[in-house]
Amino acid sequence: MTDLTRMSAAEIAALVAGGEVAAVEVAQAHLDRITAVDSELHAFLHVDTSGALEAAKAVDAARAAGSVLGPLAGVPLAMKDVVVTKDVPTTAGSRILDGWRPPYDATITERIKNAGIVMLGKTNMDEFAMGSSTENSAFGPTHNPWDLARIPGGSSGGSSAAVAAHEAPLAIGTDTGGSIRQPAAVTGIVGHKPTYGAVSRFGLIAFSSSLDQAGPFGRTVLDTALLHEVIAGHDPRDSTSITAPVPPVVAAAREGAAAASLAGVRVGVVRELGGEGYQAGVLTAFEAAVATLRELGAEVVEVSCPSFDYALAAYYLIAPSECSSNLARFDAVRYGLRVGDDGANSLEEVMSLTREAGFGAEVKRRVMIGTYALSSGYYDAYYGQAQKVRTLIARDFAAAFERADVLVSPSTPVVAFGIGEVVDPLTMYRNDLCTLPASLAGTPAISVPCGLSEGLPVGLQIMAPALADDRCYRVAAAYEAAAGTLSIPELSA
Amino acid sequence: MPDVPATSDGHVTVGSTDSAPAAAAPTAGRISRAEVAHLARLARLAVTDEELDVFAGQLDVILGAVARVGEVAAADIPPTSHAVPMTNVFRPDEVQPSLPRDAVLAGAPDVEDHKFRVPRILAEEV
Repeated sequence: MTDLTRMSAAEIAALVAGGEVAAVEVAQAHLDRITAVDSELHAFLHVDTSGALEAAKAVDAARAAGSVLGPLAGVPLAMKDVVVTKDVPTTAGSRILDGWRPPYDATITERIKNAGIVMLGKTNMDEFAMGSSTENSAFGPTHNPWDLARIPGGSSGGSSAAVAAHEAPLAIGTDTGGSIRQPAAVTGIVGHKPTYGAVSRFGLIAFSSSLDQAGPFGRTVLDTALLHEVIAGHDPRDSTSITAPVPPVVAAAREGAAAASLAGVRVGVVRELGGEGYQAGVLTAFEAAVATLRELGAEVVEVSCPSFDYALAAYYLIAPSECSSNLARFDAVRYGLRVGDDGANSLEEVMSLTREAGFGAEVKRRVMIGTYALSSGYYDAYYGQAQKVRTLIARDFAAAFERADVLVSPSTPVVAFGIGEVVDPLTMYRNDLCTLPASLAGTPAISVPCGLSEGLPVGLQIMAPALADDRCYRVAAAYEAAAGTLSIPELSA
Repeated sequence: MPDVPATSDGHVTVGSTDSAPAAAAPTAGRISRAEVAHLARLARLAVTDEELDVFAGQLDVILGAVARVGEVAAADIPPTSHAVPMTNVFRPDEVQPSLPRDAVLAGAPDVEDHKFRVPRILAEEV
């Protein structure tokens, strides 16, 4: 029989809807795969075997009762551990939340359940989504299925590794400065950061509220679009949720693949996202991808976005500032860890001892940078100035989108590096060079595999204007149809 | 709280008490070990002596790098706080059920009489 873990989400959904395979068999096949390979990968922090089988049984029962199933009913999914899941452990990769079982579901968790998607478990991540390698998890790193000695990207590295290693056909990630696109790129899968506000943040453990956005991972562009349509849409419980209709991303993915043509599409290559600091192999793969887009009929132009050179500086002021405020909620009172409550220590002392014990080094660094940047006397020079740079980056995008329908760049400056190889925080931050501008502008961007460099995957980033997520999918699907998906190497199991 | 000067708008001052001029790039090399200790206190982090040494060096490098934003001429540029501008977002004021009390308290580190139990909050015995 065909290995169910090798199928796309769309194929699985069709088999389940047609009654050819039970959702329970699909779930079991993926749970078996996790049992076989996750000791090597450590993509999952928690596997919810009983919850997954129960959800799958419900899909099979609904089908037997004659209900019309949703387009992804019975398809397994890996959930990033920053998304709260009722009664299922949720840690955001932090010791401070070890053992916490949330009393409610995030909006995206609800939507996934209502769609009949089967959640297999919670995936590893950099603590509170701060990182580019998943090495900042309090529970140990995740390994890249392409080379177990290398990082799977971050912060959504457990999700990217799970999808790349066929533990799940779909996963949810969150992207604050590149945490979906960068892990997708370095594991050879597809990942999309939607327009800010397109997917509800209700029930996401907040890192940087003006930047955080959840989004889908898949091994194909179509699968990624199918999951996007499930999770996107207005939510009154998130005051920054946008009311505009969800762009037709699934239709765009199908059209892009079917047409296999980009005639009439103007593609802008961003001059500032390349050159110095980028690996030669990454640039070679990117240039080949641009040549493919041209062969598909796209009109390729070069655009310049000079303010992008300041994106890294602006981001590493805005995100730490917002995180220093958001993480104040970890006060040792309402949930999670409490340390030093010996009857003698004051509330403030217990708070400080708990946060010291519960937070890792990167979280502490960012909380202190944010505390500094928001201080009176420095506020205007740091946080205030960073917000002005953000305006200039948005203006650069607007000007570039006058000349091009989509913008392209490499998704990352380098391929997956070795676990433990990058120790300097600033060097780690540079992994986000290509992904930060779209985060700061709130615009959508997708990463799609575009070949290998030294045997490791490279990602092509396709950026579109706000609310035009469908353009990302259309161009990505046309590219994928021409270039093909990457064949992920076998693990020992 | 230690003797931290606070301004009328509630912001707390670190480092020099002189206000840095708006949009001027603060220079690197300013973060001393004592200032990191002060930031850690403000952020409620009981950092160790070893951490102070490590963080002082790292924060100095990081803050030096992010200070680049000051190079941008942006005096007349409005700030962007959110990418999709929205103001005064309302929803109907409808009563919704709350989470069950016991489900919420189940995740707390300490509970007494169906309430969160907290360590003492006053500095001296009363």
